[in-house]
Amino acid sequence: MAFRKLCLGALTAALAGAASLPLPAIAQETIYVPLFTYRTGPFAGSGIPVANGKHDYLMMLNERDGGIGGVKLVIEECETGYDTKKGVECYEAVKSKGPVMINPWSTGITLQLIPKAGVDKIPILSMAYGLSAAADGNVFPWVFYPPATYWDGASVFLKHVAATEGGFDKLKGKTIGLIHLDAPYGKEPIPFLETQAKEHGFNLKLYPVAAQDMQNQSSIWLNIRRDRPDWLYIQGWGAMNPTAVKEAARTGFPMDRLVGVWFAGGEDDARAGGAGAKGYKSLNWHAVGADFPALQDIIKHVVDKGKSQTPKDKVGENYYNRGVYNAMLIAEGIRNAQKITGKKVVNGEDVRRGLESLNIDEARLKELGLAGFAAPVKVTCSDHSGHHAIYIQQWDGTKWVRASDWIEPMRDKVRPMLEAAAKDYAEKNTGWPKRTEPCDKSS
Amino acid sequence: MDLLFKIFVEPFALMVSAPDLLAQTLWEGLVGGVLYALIALGFVLIFKASGVFNFAQGIMVVFAALTLVGLHEKGVPAVLALLLTIAVMFVLAVAVERVVLKPLVNQPDIILFMATFGLTYFLVGLGELIFGGEPKVMITRELFLPQGATDLQLFGGVVRIQHIDVAAAVVASLMIAALAVFFSKTRIGRALRAVADSHKAALSVGISLDQIWIIVWFTAGIVALVTGIMWGARSDVSFALQIIALKALPVLILGGFTSIPGAIVGGLIIGVGEKIGEFYWGPLIGGGIETWLAYVIALLFLLYRPQGLFGEKIIERI
Repeated sequence: MAFRKLCLGALTAALAGAASLPLPAIAQETIYVPLFTYRTGPFAGSGIPVANGKHDYLMMLNERDGGIGGVKLVIEECETGYDTKKGVECYEAVKSKGPVMINPWSTGITLQLIPKAGVDKIPILSMAYGLSAAADGNVFPWVFYPPATYWDGASVFLKHVAATEGGFDKLKGKTIGLIHLDAPYGKEPIPFLETQAKEHGFNLKLYPVAAQDMQNQSSIWLNIRRDRPDWLYIQGWGAMNPTAVKEAARTGFPMDRLVGVWFAGGEDDARAGGAGAKGYKSLNWHAVGADFPALQDIIKHVVDKGKSQTPKDKVGENYYNRGVYNAMLIAEGIRNAQKITGKKVVNGEDVRRGLESLNIDEARLKELGLAGFAAPVKVTCSDHSGHHAIYIQQWDGTKWVRASDWIEPMRDKVRPMLEAAAKDYAEKNTGWPKRTEPCDKSS
Repeated sequence: MDLLFKIFVEPFALMVSAPDLLAQTLWEGLVGGVLYALIALGFVLIFKASGVFNFAQGIMVVFAALTLVGLHEKGVPAVLALLLTIAVMFVLAVAVERVVLKPLVNQPDIILFMATFGLTYFLVGLGELIFGGEPKVMITRELFLPQGATDLQLFGGVVRIQHIDVAAAVVASLMIAALAVFFSKTRIGRALRAVADSHKAALSVGISLDQIWIIVWFTAGIVALVTGIMWGARSDVSFALQIIALKALPVLILGGFTSIPGAIVGGLIIGVGEKIGEFYWGPLIGGGIETWLAYVIALLFLLYRPQGLFGEKIIERI
């Protein structure tokens, strides 16, 4: 009994002593950046390179610069498996650790987190994915969608089609197909394409692919053979993309009339089609290749030091660079927040302001070691996307090559639709708060 | 009226007016059916031997295909990689028997079923640890599987026959025939049926449960390997292939869980049925119906034969 009391006393004393000790300074001098990733499951093929790119860029900043503004980043991945339910679990798990922003890397997860962002004061960076309407900063002050929305992507695809066919008036009577993942992500461009189909008189055919049939698309391609679409737009992800490209090659669909959204443009997506995939096109807004100072720094400070999961020869591939671009936006949002607030250790509310006044011009891209990597990007208080220009890349049989100049999205068509959709969202979600957050000047 | 026309007239009119498309749809359905039958076969083999629905069959397909491609990536020649993969599937069968099945002899079936869940997650983790999650390209050329396609001029149109699909149909048919003979004409086959009826009775007449289970799991492993090669050739080799295994469920419901001919016939009915359904009636409701159409077909059959087409009729005294 006495021994038990002794032990209890010692334990109490130890706990009291521990509680009175100051926390290590390092714990307060960090910025917590959770990354929702998927390195496992059916979508891992697309998820892994993106996860690597995001992780490696942020890690490079830690290794080369000691973090951002002298504050180290705490980078923590949470595995979602591209499963919305798991993504929400990840959110709940990281919420209490003071994340400065959330990168859901899934439209389904983004849709679930949008109502939570304003309540928990944690901004969401859904880079070129998510709810298109969320680009309206007046209704969604906590959600960011740079550099372009899915509706922008669909509009650029249509501009490319029109340019090839000889003008928008030539679209009348044509058939344009959308082969898409039967999930929120895949369905996103449908409202815009339907509106355009009515305006320009083309026939829009939808070909939904269920997640369990991603690798079993022969029925879909029979339908495509029957409908004989003049052009096909792919809004796919994971194993759906290489299967679609392979089926297109198998069935003899003209590859230069098959265009993927920017998430259907991985090297593995095209490579699976073998020689038959030559000519396949996809949208993009950043470069492929590792010939940029920032990427060389990643190799030097992260990959060569064994702090990355990326094989060296994969640095610079399209989805890897997509992750790098995403991480660059994260870092610039944080840096901008530090600049605006004068604080070194920023929180979610600060970073929301940082993202909202983001203005990465040519000079800044050069400073970052990313000159020529992407076009400048600017976000404003009301426009959380920027609707930036996009280009077409084409598979030459072994790699992606640039096949067009920058193409501006149909901002005049997209923006009014998007604002109407945002208004509709706010009305349908009773009690959706009116924006009260003040606007900062662009910086 | 318009709807009735679209349901009852238009599809049949299209079949008549474009017979080449009908032939292509039937061919795709038959190929799909054979591939579904292959997946279902893996389930049937294990169910026959142990009365357990092996939830791990899907991941076994992925694991076998990844092993094959992974070994080849390490520089092992394709044929040797194939043999080594077969050896790996044998080791897996022995390990499953020793670690999972043996300690659970005479436990309720649901316990064994849950054990296959555990096995699934173990193999997912092991596979990702060894091979990573990136998709890989199946080594079809190195395995001497044919490439390309032949365009047949039929019914005034073109029916495109992919050579890999012909190979898949031939290989699957040969494998199914060999297995049917093996399990119906050999001692091991008879022993297997005895084990399926009752573990205790089989043990009492001197049948070694250990051996039978190893043989059956090994055979299911080989089937998984062939399935992985054929499905991998149509797309890529990734963990997404695991989902394809779900396609076996309606095939099993239709054909019966214990019948090899049932797996074949069920696979073909589901394969052809869903392709015809998707192609001719799918557009009526926006497409994408084949995901659930297979289950509807299976359920329709169940109304008349609850045990499936070839399943054993179970009559229990109350």
